[in-house]
Amino acid sequence: MHLPISDKIELNILHQNSHQAEKNKVKFNNYNLLCLNIMSSPGAGKTRLLEITLEDLSKEFQSAVLEGDMTTNLDAARLEKLNIPVVPITTGRACHLDANMVSGGLKLLEKKINPNILDILLVENVGNLVCPAEFEIGEHFKVALLSITEGEDKPLKYPIMFREADLILITKVDLLPHLNFDINELKSNISSTNPKADVIEISSITKSGLDLWQKWISKKIMKFKK
Amino acid sequence: MHEVDMTKCLILSMEEWAEKKNKEKIIVEKINLKIGEFTCVEPISLINTFNAAVFGSWLDSSEINIETIPFEGKCSKCNRSYFPKKENGYKSPCCNFNLEEIISGRELKIASIDFKEK
Repeated sequence: MHLPISDKIELNILHQNSHQAEKNKVKFNNYNLLCLNIMSSPGAGKTRLLEITLEDLSKEFQSAVLEGDMTTNLDAARLEKLNIPVVPITTGRACHLDANMVSGGLKLLEKKINPNILDILLVENVGNLVCPAEFEIGEHFKVALLSITEGEDKPLKYPIMFREADLILITKVDLLPHLNFDINELKSNISSTNPKADVIEISSITKSGLDLWQKWISKKIMKFKK
Repeated sequence: MHEVDMTKCLILSMEEWAEKKNKEKIIVEKINLKIGEFTCVEPISLINTFNAAVFGSWLDSSEINIETIPFEGKCSKCNRSYFPKKENGYKSPCCNFNLEEIISGRELKIASIDFKEK
């Protein structure tokens, strides 16, 4: 038996995932395809928001969706009604999408459509405010939704998610008159956690803020395609 | 639950490392990790998950050693470093400024591996 050796490697634990995420990003870039990673807790309104977003967005841009879900294809079935390419990714026991799952989803999408004709790929992550924040998938931007029914304190309780997001959408704002909710406190907590994030208040019922969200997406696509 | 996937990634990284060392001829004694306080990882959960995952495998006798890296930010007004606190909205105690720059605390690293040759 030899003496112990210490090998200093300084390697990211998630290096395998990051490596695949980089490969996904190269693919997206080669397809000239902007990829958004949409994240939130369960029930914050991701799928409904995608439905109303895609109704308008599809008139201007070619869109596709990778739909992450733990056990069902229910959300994917809703989005397929919009006549856009949708690939469901059922994660099983995993509570987030990882780069390998997205790579698999992209391969299935390639069988459905030539991604070269697409402008934007929206990836709806599994509803969870913890894990998705740490697992890169090769996205260009991260979008986090936070519904007002979840409480003002969530950016402080789940800081990694809101720190990592490029855009934070405050959803269900049509419920404001019915709740004892301080939106300024929420905004202050968002600023504390991530002063650089863009913030948009939005309602999928009244469609208030939808124009700002659509503009945000359009700007990102135009800048990306330049 | 994400510690399961973190462990999977950790084991894959260990496999990749061991391939270069000739896996059959080494015994890993300790895997030294650096885990930042501002990550989603709970060290004890990671250790427990790892121990369960490697049971009966080539890493069965290896131990996880975690160095916790403090969450440290820098005040963007006066450049002083500070330890952000949730209770204070992560603001700098010196100037009450929002947390813009993180100096440390986001680490999720395999720092080093202690092993013996058989």
